[in-house]
Amino acid sequence: MLTKRIIPCLDVKDGRVVKGVKFLHLKDAGDPVLVAKRYEQDQADELVFLDISASAENRGIILDVVRRTAENVFMPLTVGGGIRDLADIRNLLNAGADKVSINTAAVKHPELIKEASGKFGSQCIVVAIDGKKRPQCLPVRQAGTVHSPQWEVYINGGRTPAELDAVAWAKKAERLGAGEILLTSMDADGTKNGYDLHLTKAITDAVNIPVIASGGAGKKEDFYTVLTESGADAALAASLFHYQELTIKEVKEYLKKKGVPVRC
Amino acid sequence: MIALIDYGMGNLRSVAKALEAAGAQEVKVTAHAKVIAKAQKLVLPGVGAMNEAIAELKKLKLAEVIKEHIFKKPFLGICLGLQLLFTESEEGGRTLGLGVFEGRVKRFSNKLKVPHMGWNNIRTQNSELRTQKCFALNNIPANAHFYFCHSYYVVPEDKSLIATTTEYGGEFVSSISKDNLFACQFHPEKSQSVGLRLLENFVRL
Repeated sequence: MLTKRIIPCLDVKDGRVVKGVKFLHLKDAGDPVLVAKRYEQDQADELVFLDISASAENRGIILDVVRRTAENVFMPLTVGGGIRDLADIRNLLNAGADKVSINTAAVKHPELIKEASGKFGSQCIVVAIDGKKRPQCLPVRQAGTVHSPQWEVYINGGRTPAELDAVAWAKKAERLGAGEILLTSMDADGTKNGYDLHLTKAITDAVNIPVIASGGAGKKEDFYTVLTESGADAALAASLFHYQELTIKEVKEYLKKKGVPVRC
Repeated sequence: MIALIDYGMGNLRSVAKALEAAGAQEVKVTAHAKVIAKAQKLVLPGVGAMNEAIAELKKLKLAEVIKEHIFKKPFLGICLGLQLLFTESEEGGRTLGLGVFEGRVKRFSNKLKVPHMGWNNIRTQNSELRTQKCFALNNIPANAHFYFCHSYYVVPEDKSLIATTTEYGGEFVSSISKDNLFACQFHPEKSQSVGLRLLENFVRL
């Protein structure tokens, strides 16, 4: 049986893990490769590196990080952040990434999804969607009907609204050849109040490709809820695992006890 | 020397590094027929589209040398490297494969989420499809989880080739084997310790 995936995300800046990792027993907690190894031991199902380097030169450093990771860690690796074109994708895949996650460039040039999936295969093209609830569309009850909420797509690291509906964009991304969607709720992100089940369900109902839910994880119950109630195939968390408030092992053991298929 | 056949489909670095971690002394990433002919073992990896893959293999004139040596030395096929061995695929209309084995490559039903992506378990024994013992699965737990990432699966004519099956909207063939040939739909190079153990079985052969 296909298991649900638990995916830690590392924010990497200029080749170093940021967000103040506090791993014990690591000589250098800022080296992405060491952190990746630690997560591998903890039975993470995949890894995501998000490159948040500001300058173009420093973005090149991620290739070296990916190379060293692929030499030391034998698990699926997705890399996102600052990917603009086919050459960026090819370089990351050749360095050892299994998938690339594209956000802003996909919104600006949707044909990039088509070209990239045609060239490298859908299985390695992840479209990342940052969604935020549109305020004017909060659920309103009118004569017994409930208007479902809508979510705006944001680009440029959550700074710029793209004037796209998240559900419509997810469908379009699938049609263009995306193999997976990495869905982040900007409303839930950082709150630790749980994943955005509404948004996640709206997306998983609309597409027929795997969806990774992201944003809002605060306790192990949140993983259970999103994986059993929203149709998500995988759940991603960053700071929760970084700060070891929860370990991946704890989450998986809990899920297993509750009857969710996980690998542990 | 293990020849890791490079025909431009996907990154071979992970496979090479995993083989080394599994104890391989010398792994050569190559697109040369001569190196393939000289190698002690062959690995055919690959991700992406079958029609493009077969076109590349033909362009590089590698199809013939692979077919010539496939049963002469230990062979490991991974993902597309499994699918390519069969007669034909539904991918890209109708694509002819290398035809080492009779059978078809089919797409998962639209009722399922496609690609089939993530960790799923193998079955080494079952009643409907016959499965056989093989060298690659030595010391691998009967229910082990491996990492999958694919939209198509193989349907061999000869059921005695089947080494493992996996459940995804029904049972599909997740690996085949014959003598010193093993080819799998999953990615041992991405399957952490259990994957390395499988590669070790191949390296030690």
